[in-house]
Amino acid sequence: MRQVFHLLWCKLVCVLACSGAFAVEALPASDNPALEAQVMKISTELRCLVCQNQTIADSHADLAVDLRRQVREMLQNGQNEQQVIDYMTARYGDFVLYRPPFKALTALLWIGPAVMVVVGLGTLFVVLRRRSRLADDAFEPDDKDAPNDPHLS
Amino acid sequence: MIPEIGHFSLWLALGMALVLGTVPLVGAQTGRADFMALARPLSYLMFFFVALAFACLVASFIGHDFSVRYVATNSNTALPLQYRIAGVWGGHEGSLLLWVQMLVLWTVAVATFSRHLPTAVTARILAVMGFVAVGFLLFMLLTSNPFDRLFPVPAEGRDLNPLLQDPGMVIHPPMLYMGYVGFSVAFAFAIAALIGGTLDSTWARWTRPWTTVAWMFLTIGIALGSSWAYYELGWGGWWFWDPVENASLMPWLLGTALIHSLAVTEKRNSFKSWTVLLAILAFSFSLLGTFLVRSGVLSSVHAFATDPLRGQFILAFLAVVVGGSFALYAWRAPEVGIGKRFGLWSKESALLGNNVLLVVAALAVMLGTLYPLVLDALGMGKISVGPPYFDAVFMPLMAPAVFLMGIGPLARWKNAELPALAMRLRWAAVVAILGAVLTGALAGEVRLVATLGLVMAYWIVGSVVTDLWGRVHPHGLDWTQAPARLRQIPRALAGMMLAHLGIAVFCIGVVMVKAYEVESDVKMSVGDSTTVRGYTFTFDGIKELQGPNYVAAQGQMRVSRDGHAIAQLRPEKRIYRVQQNPMTEAAIDAGLTRDLYVSLGEQVQGGAWIVRVYVKPFIDWIWGGCLLMALGGLLAVSDRRYRRAPGAEL
Amino acid sequence: MKHVRYLVPMGILLVLLYFLRAGLSLNPKEVPSPLIGKPAPAFSLPRLDQPEQRISRDDLRGQVWMLNVWASWCVACRQEHPLLVQYAKQSKVPIYGLNYKDERAAGMKWLADFGNPYTASISDRDGRVGIDFGVYGVPETFVIDREGVIRYKQIGPLTPEVLRDTIEPLLQQLNS
Repeated sequence: MRQVFHLLWCKLVCVLACSGAFAVEALPASDNPALEAQVMKISTELRCLVCQNQTIADSHADLAVDLRRQVREMLQNGQNEQQVIDYMTARYGDFVLYRPPFKALTALLWIGPAVMVVVGLGTLFVVLRRRSRLADDAFEPDDKDAPNDPHLS
Repeated sequence: MIPEIGHFSLWLALGMALVLGTVPLVGAQTGRADFMALARPLSYLMFFFVALAFACLVASFIGHDFSVRYVATNSNTALPLQYRIAGVWGGHEGSLLLWVQMLVLWTVAVATFSRHLPTAVTARILAVMGFVAVGFLLFMLLTSNPFDRLFPVPAEGRDLNPLLQDPGMVIHPPMLYMGYVGFSVAFAFAIAALIGGTLDSTWARWTRPWTTVAWMFLTIGIALGSSWAYYELGWGGWWFWDPVENASLMPWLLGTALIHSLAVTEKRNSFKSWTVLLAILAFSFSLLGTFLVRSGVLSSVHAFATDPLRGQFILAFLAVVVGGSFALYAWRAPEVGIGKRFGLWSKESALLGNNVLLVVAALAVMLGTLYPLVLDALGMGKISVGPPYFDAVFMPLMAPAVFLMGIGPLARWKNAELPALAMRLRWAAVVAILGAVLTGALAGEVRLVATLGLVMAYWIVGSVVTDLWGRVHPHGLDWTQAPARLRQIPRALAGMMLAHLGIAVFCIGVVMVKAYEVESDVKMSVGDSTTVRGYTFTFDGIKELQGPNYVAAQGQMRVSRDGHAIAQLRPEKRIYRVQQNPMTEAAIDAGLTRDLYVSLGEQVQGGAWIVRVYVKPFIDWIWGGCLLMALGGLLAVSDRRYRRAPGAEL
Repeated sequence: MKHVRYLVPMGILLVLLYFLRAGLSLNPKEVPSPLIGKPAPAFSLPRLDQPEQRISRDDLRGQVWMLNVWASWCVACRQEHPLLVQYAKQSKVPIYGLNYKDERAAGMKWLADFGNPYTASISDRDGRVGIDFGVYGVPETFVIDREGVIRYKQIGPLTPEVLRDTIEPLLQQLNS
């Protein structure tokens, strides 16, 4: 009898000790991680309309959950990203897109920075070149400071 | 009683500010020494009364005085002491008082450390700061009084927003405001110089340290906000191009441009009108930011609760201050001289090129932030402008600026001999390209955009090392002289190198985390584990616990690598008792080369939990880089030439 | 002219101030509907009171009607409901309710407690029809004409002013 208990006790200890080996590798939260990754990628470009300023990927609001579900279903049905975007803008307008579409209204927005850089650097170049063509007496005389005065970095 | 003292103090401060904003200015114009002499004492008095008011508000919070409406809406008897104090700046009215507190602090600093300046200049500078104080004090007293009473007195307060009950949130606003408000000093110097006609290299030399210190605080403030968002908001992002974030980035970009422009003006007495415009712009964008955050004009997660009347007041103030400055600029700036000569290709032009890029970047951010408003106001519909736009536009703008950052420090003043410069930098270029490719290979996969970013970062490092090498071994390798030469490098230069290295470190952090971050969303029951990038995360279940003002479900997560235990992570889902909103607290194991980030999702059927696990390589380099930048600034202002005895010619 | 460029900052400021001022009277969170002037999305949903029966969009063709989106969990709906109940009594235009993301029992009880202005309410349990209509907040109200085209959308609770100044004239125009 004592041997039986001893055996059972050993088995129990063994099972508990080895429970690490029985630990399960956790399953992905969703059934299709690749699809889910794509859902999230598109969701980060869509605005949550009931939130102050969040994407539907980050928001816990009901509408955000519903819209993510909608994106997932559309992707599962084989539709592509552009079709999902079109679906959302048909119902909510361009406001729902965090990446403003390039159209006449937003041309200034998208081209503006490039134009500003060109104009800015161009103006600087023109101004500096014009200065370099002026005679020496248009400027203040140079002091005798060393050309690489370490104090004036 | 205490709230009344606080309220009355604010009126007295307003009185002081009104006199400060007018009398010394008149004195400087008419040469009346007695009027000008009032500037310093008035500054100290103004500071005293604001500090008294601030102390009264803090006392009301600590003492749970719920008869004060602001305390009742931002505090609670269960709120721990440190958050009761931080609650002072948790809402609109109190944060305005913090703003003014910072302003008078800077004013007093200028009053104290301006003995070497001519009397008239000091008088004008302090007067301008007094004038700004008038605007904000009036704003508070007329529309946003923090000492408003509430009857009947509630037994319990509404509690501070749980998101703000955090150490990062305690220190972020004071640092940020020290920065924002600090640009008012450079602004005041600029206005004083325009009024007095004393715009020259000496003016630039005086203005530089003040600008650098304000810039330092703003850098730290922005970094704190970003790192807070990262560990508090539960899904690992650190910058969202939210309007309020942009409102702090724009003055930062302009402040950085100003620091560089001041160097040119100090050295060559030229581009003065450009520099003075930048000084006006930096503070103007601080004011614009104040408007955007408090007027309700833009939708943001950070925005304060507002009403249109407040928006109108700030807008009017903005119009007066900025409009007045631009009018003064248009009148006085054309008279300013051209200064000394420098070549088309020189350190000066590199600095000015940097200026153009930074200013365009700030304008691009403004364009994106305000474009929806403009279209809506014109009745042309509503659009959103978010991270996809800003990321697409900002990175290409910054890349050439970073490229210049490698060239500028090594270029000679007045005339940079381009061929020699290119020769000096060839090693930096080679190391940059090789290093970037190597890093990608070590990380597992070489990616194009990441490689480009790394090239830029290593380019800066290479340039700094080249510069350092040239100063330590100017005539070939000589280690005996090296320590002496190292010590001879002026702190201002060392500060510059450190700050530039900070940018490189920042870039590395951004690039590595964007390109090589790994995420794993899994369902975990007790005993389950998941392995990400060699790290094994094992779920040991949930523990219920009680905080001072919340209840939480705390996950127990063991992390190991190659069998060695690395960390115990405890992500939580909290419910704060008063406001009843659920909050996710991520658990992070921070490391030099990576962060391990775990957050709890929802519980599913069967008792398992959705868990999000991230391995984020080098993400702490983002804020580490910001810290290095700020330290660089600190090092620069501690330079010998700013520490001469008072009275000596600076 | 040398001095003109020094006026550029002032010029930009004035433009900026104009837009910021305009912004003060706008609501940055209001989402105008792109469906105005477009056909109402097709739907077919069970009635709230008799779930075996369904109502579809085409059933309502040929008349001018209003669609009011409501839910028992919606606090702002309580605000507009008395107005709607009273309005329904004297209006000849049928008001249909879209019970959005709600439990049937809770919805029925809410109508019993606070009054029922609707010719009929339909159940949108999972919110899909709401999404098709571009609903993002509750309550919302739509005016749809005889051809089934959406003519107006009210975001948020109805007020007497909106009913009197905007909706009434529109309904009269559509019905004439």
